Parts: sequence; C-alpha cells; structure tokens
Amino acid sequence: MIKRQAVIVGGGPAGLAAALRMKENGIDDILILEREHLPGGILRQCIHDGFGLTRFEESLSGPEYAQRFIDRANEAGIECWTDCTVLDVSKDKVVTAVSKVHGFLQISAQAVLLTMGCRERTRGALATPGTRPSGVYTAGVAQAYINLQNIMVGKEVVILGSGDIGLIMARRLTLEGAHVKGVYEVQPYPNGLPRNIEQCLNDYHIPLHLSHTVIEIRGRERLSSVVVAACDEHFRPIPGTEEEIPCDTLILSVGLIPENELTLGAGIELDPRTRGAFVDENCQTAVPGIFAAGNVLHVHDLVDFVSLEAEALADSAARYLKEGGLTPCPLTVVAGSDVGHVIPQKVSGTKDFTLWLRVRRPLNGVSVVVRQGGRELLRKKMRKALPAEMIQLSIKAQKLTQDADVEVSVE
Amino acid sequence: MKRTFTCIVCPNGCEIDAEYEGTNVLSVTGNLCPKGKAYVTQELIDPRRTIASSVRVLGGTMPLASVRLNRPVPKDRIFDVMAEIRRKTMKAPVRIGDVVIDNVLGLGSDVVITKNVEKERA
Ligand code: SF4
Repeated sequence: MIKRQAVIVGGGPAGLAAALRMKENGIDDILILEREHLPGGILRQCIHDGFGLTRFEESLSGPEYAQRFIDRANEAGIECWTDCTVLDVSKDKVVTAVSKVHGFLQISAQAVLLTMGCRERTRGALATPGTRPSGVYTAGVAQAYINLQNIMVGKEVVILGSGDIGLIMARRLTLEGAHVKGVYEVQPYPNGLPRNIEQCLNDYHIPLHLSHTVIEIRGRERLSSVVVAACDEHFRPIPGTEEEIPCDTLILSVGLIPENELTLGAGIELDPRTRGAFVDENCQTAVPGIFAAGNVLHVHDLVDFVSLEAEALADSAARYLKEGGLTPCPLTVVAGSDVGHVIPQKVSGTKDFTLWLRVRRPLNGVSVVVRQGGRELLRKKMRKALPAEMIQLSIKAQKLTQDADVEVSVE
Repeated sequence: MKRTFTCIVCPNGCEIDAEYEGTNVLSVTGNLCPKGKAYVTQELIDPRRTIASSVRVLGGTMPLASVRLNRPVPKDRIFDVMAEIRRKTMKAPVRIGDVVIDNVLGLGSDVVITKNVEKERA
C-alpha cells in the first residue's frame, strides 16, 4: 500500500486551492486524485467571465481562474494524478482508486481532503411526466457540449429553472444563434444571482416566468414541445393555465447536489439541509482527519469563496498533521428562523471562525443575528437577503464562551 | 425620470434606484459602492458588455479554445462581434492571453484566448 500524508479527492478549484495552501504550510507529501483527464473541474467549461473579482480583483473566465492555480501547483511540484477515479474512502483513511496509468491503487493517508464538488439534479429527480425524447439536457451537460466539444445542442430552447448555470446557458445559446423562448421557475423568485438575470436574460430580452413549471415533455425521437403551466404556492399546476410551447431543446437548471457518495462510504453523516457532511470550524467531518470543503460541502455561488474555504480547510488540515489532532468542537451552530443552512455546524468556542449561511426565502430590511445563550454576538443589517446569495460572517473568538450553543437567525 | 438598475459590475448585484434627466444622473440609492453610480451613468449613455465564446483550434488536444473580450463593447454590437469570432480558426498550440482578433471591428477591444490548448502529438 502507498503511504501519503495528504490525499485530496478532486482537482477542481477547492482541491487545487487546498493543495497549494497545504504546501505553503510545509506539508510536502500531497497527492491530488482527479477523475477527468485535466485538472480544473467545472471551471474548464465555465468560459464566461466574472470569476476572481474578489480574489484577483479582475474579471476572469473559469479556465483562466483555474489555470492560475494549476500553474502554481505545477511550480510547487504538487502531484496530481488525472484519469484517476476514487472508488472508496474508508474510515481509517485508506483511499481506493483506479487509474489507466497506475492501475488499482490503495493509498493510506494521514489526512483525506474531500473536494469532489457537486452535480446537477436531473429530469429523474423532477419526475416530469411525458415521453423520453432526445433534446433534454441539464444546463451543465449542454455547457460541456457547446464549450468543450463544439456540439450545438439545439435551436428552439426552453429552460426550466433559474439557477445560475441555466441563466448563463440562456445567454450562451442565444449568442450561438439559438432562440431561447423563455426561462420557467417554479418558485416565485429567481434562483440565480440578480446580475445574471440582468446580463443573461434582460440583455437578450429572454422572458423569465416565475411560479411556472414544465408539466409535460412531448416528442418521439426528438423533443417537439413542452407544456408549461402556472403554479400555486404549493407548486401545484393551476388547471386552465397550461400552454404548449414548440421546442427542440429543454435545458434543466433545477439545482445542484453535493457529490457525497464517497463521504457516505466513509461512514460520515450528511446534513439534510446542505446535503454535505456535518463539519466543524476546521472543515473537519465527524471522522478525525477527513475534511471537506467547496461544493461538496455546500453549494457555493462564487468560486472565489470556494477557494477561500478550501484554504481555511488546508490551514486546519496542516495543523492536524503537525499536531496530531485539533481542538474538540462540542458547541452546535443552530440554524434558526429563516436560515436555510449554516456551515460549520460545530465550533469550539475558542477560535475565530467564518460562518456561511443562506436565507430560506427572499427578505427585505432584515438583520442576521448570531447569539450564544441569548447573548448577541453579531448583528448584520441587510437591505435585501436572497437565497441565491450566500452570506458570510466572521465571528471572533473573544466574544465566544464555551458553555452554550450558537444560534443564527434572521429577524 | 426614475428607473431601477441591477448593477452587474460585481456579484453583489446591487439594485440601484436612480433618478435622471436624459443622461444626467441626479441621484442613486442602493449601491454599495461608487462603481454603481458609474455603471448607471454608463448604462444611460452607452451600455457596454463583455462576451465570451470559443474558437475552433486545429491540431490541438481539444477542438476549442475559449475566448473573451478584454474590454466591453457596445451592447448593440455583440452579435457583430460574435460573427467575427465565429470566422476565426486557430492552430494549436494556443495560450491564455494570445490575441485572436486585435481591436475587433475597431471597437477598442481585443478577443483573447482564455484556455491553453496543446498541440496534439502525432
Ligand atoms: S454598486 Fe458596487 S457593490 Fe454594488 S454591484 Fe455594483 S460594483 Fe458591486
């Protein structure tokens, strides 16, 4: 069996940022395992700009953002095995993988960093009735066809769901000559960032229909039409509002799910709200030495924050390796009223930490309040709070005690 | 006149309520930083955008290299710029920053490569 100090599962933005920071912290024995042929993860197909505004103060495309990390990783001599699929991560941190070059592998690691990212919800998850013609794609698959493989997916397009990738693809398809007939969102508010509604839909006069969904898919070989309908507040189609829309392509942008099969395999419990692992302020899961960050932990809206989170993980993981363990985190962080989820779910009360959260619904003129045992630690006023925008709060150790749970709520 | 803008300069996407006369901005509220006012002014005078696309690469390890504009162009010229980009074919290797079209259509913006594509080994 191969022995390594740190094995990183996934060479996307989180894995690359974590590897570099581990190296800076003096951990040299690092191995990244990446299942694709090249590192960079989803950024390779995100060719639009807007990445890196926080980190590099310039607007980069996804491939450029990724390349900055890849170049630095190469310079630092960090090993990355590509075309290498991890099959299993065990509780005692044995990573089992297969690769064309290396064959069947078993690697015993002192620390395992889970940075596998997320995947898209599919038609199966929606259970939309109808036939099963070609022409139905998730937004990310359509993006890969167009941006990586030079294959145009269709001409007359309907988009279901207003997630950011769907909005980005509405613009991309329009630029490539397709006619995007409309974006249908079952919620009464858009799922993507306001700037994407503006620059991807409004700029191209693509209509956004809120509280609407696709109720039927029609066509034999190829998609020929979809039936859309208005929905009530329980997302039930309202009879009499059905409309048939001829189209050859349906793009689904209906949510992202952290890809956690390996996490579950290691016996790590998932938080039903984030669908990622429960972690403490060190991004450490319930299994000491197994860490998680990036979209595998909770779906982010900006890659800049993925990099930040992965670097915080790396600082902790490096400390774990040097000191043989981290401070226990017995205090629970509770998601209170109107808070969709929080990361981390456990803290020590002795260390500064960054709290990430999403609100459950769009709210105006609210405050996000963090309390411990009834005592107010922090209050942030927000003119508007949207589920599409992750909120980040810095909590200082000096304000914390070690005797009560921390609660976050919106009021 | 009054209008609400969504600033697209950064991911905050501030909703900006603006009062203006012609192209003269009288007041803005809702912007978290001064760039918001500049954005509104620009939108009234001459709305501009950057775009991203791809160009065909011959003899490379991948069929496409992504490209983007390094400066924004007038919004109503986007499809003209797309037509120019579509006409281009590159030969591998290409590197990030390589200029595909210098000063596209005289609009003061270059089309630049945003992805490295290596030469395919024969
Ligand atoms: S006003 Fe400033 S903070 Fe708000 S979106 Fe524009 S650039 Fe960003």
